[in-house]
Amino acid sequence: MAAHHWLILLSLISLLLPSALGISNGNAEGYSINGKVRFPVQKNLHYDMTLERKRCRCYVVKGFGATGFGLPAKTSNVKVILNGGEKVTFLRPDGYFAFHNVPAGTHLIEVAAIGYFFSPVRVDVSARNPGKVQAALTENRRALSELVLEPLREEQYYEIREPFSIMSIVKSPMGLMIGFMAIVMFLMPKLVDAEELKRAQEEMGNQGVPSLANFLGGAQRTN
Amino acid sequence: MNMAIRAFLLLLLFFASSNPAYSLYEDQVGLMDWHQQYIGKVKHAVFHTQKAARKRVIVSTEENVVASLDLRHGEIFWRHVLGPSDVIDQIDVALGKYVITLSSGGSVLRAWNLPDGQMVWESTLIGSTLEAIITNSNKFEGRQGQRDLCLCIDVQQLIYPDGSEIIYAVGLLGFSGFDAFQLNVKNGELLKHNNLLFPAGFSGDLSFVSDDTAVALDSTGKILVVIRFQDGKISYHQTHVSQLIEDISGAAAILPSKIPGMFTLKIDASVIFIEVINESKLKVVHKIGHANAVSDSLSLPEGQQAVALIQHGDGKILLTVKLGNDWTSNLIEETIQMDRQRGLVHKVFINSYVRTDRSNGFRVLIVMEDHSLLLLQQGEIVWSREDGLASVIDVKPSELPVEKDGVSVAKVEHSLFEWLKGHLLKLKGTLMIATPDDVVAIQKIRLQSSEKSKMTRDHNGFRKLLIVLTRAGKVFALHTGDGRIVWSRLLNSLRKSETCENPRGISLHQWQDPHHHALDENPSVLVVGRCGYNSDSAGVLSIVDTYTGEERNHVGPIHSIAHIIPLHFTDSMEQRLHLLVDANRHAHVYPRTAEALGIFQRELGNIYWYAAETDKESEKISATATRSLNEVVHTQAKVTADQEVMYKYISKNLLFLATVAPKAVGPIGSVTPDESSLVVYVIDTVTGRILHRMTHHGSQGPIKAVFSENWIVYHYFNLRAHRYEMSVIEIYDQARADNKDVLKLVFGTHNLTSPITAYSRPEVFTKSQSYFFAHSVKTMAVTSTAKGITSKQVLLGTIGDQVLALDKRFLDPRRTVNPTQAEKEEGIIPLTDSLPIIPQVVVLESMPWEEAMEHPLQCYMAEWTGNPVRSRIPGVVCIELEALRWKVSNEGHMPLNYPAENAGRLRRTLVYWLGLMAVESFLRSGRVVHACAPEDHGLYALYGEDSLPGQCRPAPPTITNCCPLGIVWDNY
Repeated sequence: MAAHHWLILLSLISLLLPSALGISNGNAEGYSINGKVRFPVQKNLHYDMTLERKRCRCYVVKGFGATGFGLPAKTSNVKVILNGGEKVTFLRPDGYFAFHNVPAGTHLIEVAAIGYFFSPVRVDVSARNPGKVQAALTENRRALSELVLEPLREEQYYEIREPFSIMSIVKSPMGLMIGFMAIVMFLMPKLVDAEELKRAQEEMGNQGVPSLANFLGGAQRTN
Repeated sequence: MNMAIRAFLLLLLFFASSNPAYSLYEDQVGLMDWHQQYIGKVKHAVFHTQKAARKRVIVSTEENVVASLDLRHGEIFWRHVLGPSDVIDQIDVALGKYVITLSSGGSVLRAWNLPDGQMVWESTLIGSTLEAIITNSNKFEGRQGQRDLCLCIDVQQLIYPDGSEIIYAVGLLGFSGFDAFQLNVKNGELLKHNNLLFPAGFSGDLSFVSDDTAVALDSTGKILVVIRFQDGKISYHQTHVSQLIEDISGAAAILPSKIPGMFTLKIDASVIFIEVINESKLKVVHKIGHANAVSDSLSLPEGQQAVALIQHGDGKILLTVKLGNDWTSNLIEETIQMDRQRGLVHKVFINSYVRTDRSNGFRVLIVMEDHSLLLLQQGEIVWSREDGLASVIDVKPSELPVEKDGVSVAKVEHSLFEWLKGHLLKLKGTLMIATPDDVVAIQKIRLQSSEKSKMTRDHNGFRKLLIVLTRAGKVFALHTGDGRIVWSRLLNSLRKSETCENPRGISLHQWQDPHHHALDENPSVLVVGRCGYNSDSAGVLSIVDTYTGEERNHVGPIHSIAHIIPLHFTDSMEQRLHLLVDANRHAHVYPRTAEALGIFQRELGNIYWYAAETDKESEKISATATRSLNEVVHTQAKVTADQEVMYKYISKNLLFLATVAPKAVGPIGSVTPDESSLVVYVIDTVTGRILHRMTHHGSQGPIKAVFSENWIVYHYFNLRAHRYEMSVIEIYDQARADNKDVLKLVFGTHNLTSPITAYSRPEVFTKSQSYFFAHSVKTMAVTSTAKGITSKQVLLGTIGDQVLALDKRFLDPRRTVNPTQAEKEEGIIPLTDSLPIIPQVVVLESMPWEEAMEHPLQCYMAEWTGNPVRSRIPGVVCIELEALRWKVSNEGHMPLNYPAENAGRLRRTLVYWLGLMAVESFLRSGRVVHACAPEDHGLYALYGEDSLPGQCRPAPPTITNCCPLGIVWDNY
């Protein structure tokens, strides 16, 4: 539950403190880019997670089978990368990050967080107008009024095992074979017209059932 | 009846169309893949052994990693990899709960939460005195108001006596004098400056024995100079080394150590501890024969100082802990057996604990020559970490031994109960009612029963040995099944010696790969190294047996090695010929036997290489790519939707070259779109002909490229859109385009059996297309399989340390916005402006489970060659900065997989297909004759290089990886 509270607190803080974002301080060696990474508060947890939560009453799940892609990524494992690796920084507990000594110009910021897809952000640091930073997401060309980065989507790396279902049995080769046999056995007789069948049977009756004995008998007769 | 069949067919179609899942299920993690985490060579270590908390040691390494290790088992609690230029200068633990790191030359200060590694704060220090106090860094600037004060000396030490307001900054003034500055600690004001010249000159190293005394050596290394700088007065006191120690020969050197009142001197192999007693007198305290490492002193609770010394013996090391003020007795003297393959001890860190009998116990952390990290306690190795694997230079896959008759791996017989239990667990797993504990148990059973960790060859070629060369000069063999170390060897040729001061490995090459004697001869690899950092420094070579790890042979130092070109010839021992080109452009043939030379001279007429002028005014070469030497192309042609055949132009002599405008060499943000352009070329290295040239205006590097079959995929940055882009170029052979008429083929009027030489200039046409891509890419590779049948995947190692597998179909220049029905059937995907990122095809996402940290994929990605029938991507090895990962992707989904773009068409154009068959068979019959035509040095079309017995192969192979240095290859 701690993570949950923590996130709410975080978003509260972010509401209270939207001021310091994106402001660059000019000095002799360059500018600073300040920003923040915000993760969405998770509502629909993976069902594995809910199972786990019931058992240990917490979100932090150890061991196997609980990779926690429904969880907000641990901010300690999030990296913020400037210009394709020129500078790397990490997130503070409140989600803030900063790059210092950045020259004026157009830069690219990427966020590397496991389980989330972030759009790279184009950041223009103005030389003429110190303190002005413009940012835009490059994926959808949306301009950001302040440098708060949010993931575009979550990424789920694993296939989800489908729960046991009757369809999966039907789909299996064995199921298909049984299904086909069932069709042949129950459906096929229905397709033939009842009267026609009767007539056919009568015809057969007139001729006599062709059996092995008849054959043998016939054969003997010819001899 | 009709209806039933129709319904059934529909049903079948519906099921057949449901996509098979390619990626992993969550519970399969760890079954087909493994991962290991490393940190690199440790340079600082701080112990954190408070009673209440878990015992841990915080380390920083040469790979810019700060990590917290479990002191009991050596596991990583947390780990952070700083940026490549963010070198860690110093680490410390503050208040018992924060790790403080100082990096980037003392300009970035960060605090990390000790338990979980969360960064707490980060601060940039610009020209403040604080930075210098913390770092002892070499550049020292004081700031006073607006005026920057630069003390233009090499500051070696800052001394800040307790309770005073004066800080002393002392250092050497260009080896010829000693400077002392006194600064006001509050405002940085310069109070006093003294300096005194020393005409004989210093050798450079200073050792500070107290707050007002330092010891230095003169430039000859024969005279010790005691420097006193009390109260702003500097005085020198010289003592000849021979006065202190009688029987010495060589020059002395001061070892860095921090023992109060004392310094250490290294002469020849012995280490001498010298105490400075009052009035600048020197006194030899202790002399050790073969000491290798001395720790810093450790303050004991009783106010004493303890120092750990390590001496090397024969196959073992001797650890002694001495008290700082009493050198006659040892606190601890322990002998520990040590693997010879770990080399010498490079660093020692000491820590004490209180034993149950209230006496002091000591544990030491040692860093070895092969960069491994060991914890010693009570005469035993508690744990060891192979952190040499953090800095991998090169990797080569090697076959495992063939399973011999009579030698079989004994099967572990399970008891009936266990067998039943296992099946019950598996049933639970299938029915999704397994608890997490059960899942772990199932996983374990699966791992045990799998054959993947056997030490023998398998049919599909998935199991291999990975031969890994590390920066420390150690070669490891890792098993691909579970990543265990099969053997490891510290190479003699790559160890520091008098003749080779700075040895370092360059690359690995397959030296001997016995096919005819696979049962009784072992394969071997050639390890190439250099004695220095430049390409003109002397080279060293080693040949290592890949089964046993034995170093069969080593030579060196020899001539310099600028390029290594493996040739396609082997001698009677099945040793592969290698051409080593030195810095003076002389080529040397290895192995150095008359036989090898004979083979080489016979083929000399077909061997060429090229050099490129890399410093041009208008364009700078940024990236090159060539086809992999052993790539096999299965399908020679592509059948398009409109019943056309497009022949792939497949040549081993092609070189992809990308250049950028000279201004655009820097990082993103350093250049405007108008100033920057990127030009790509596809060049035939035999004739020098440019097959394709394209300019991307407003784009810049870094460029990453892969070349496979007849296509090139490259990644670059588009400055106008400010996004990364990927482009694809496909090259088709126009000259063969007419050969699709079956009648022509039948009547022999086609031109397919006429010889093609590498000098010919066939008509080609190219197609290309560009797409946006959302990630920075660190490295790029393409999958390869034994027969070249499986469709290709482009593997991308992104900046976020994930590996993405991108289907080649997304990089098809024939993609259009609205493909026709026929094109759709062919497998052409509608064109979108950016490439999709599907998380399920992330081959190696960085987090297999919760506790895992990120794995920076640094330097390498190797593809795998295996039987493609059963898997989509046969296997990927990613060598990362701190982690090695291996993965065999999902087996069992793929039937025989024809290149997808052809699959649909081939059914309907059977005639064409038969035609192609005919073409191939014609070529097969005509090949030998042409290939062996002796009077012509030209090279011929060879189909299937691994083919006929007794064939003659006129051409040597390769284009070396990253230099435009080419050699003619049969124009396959």
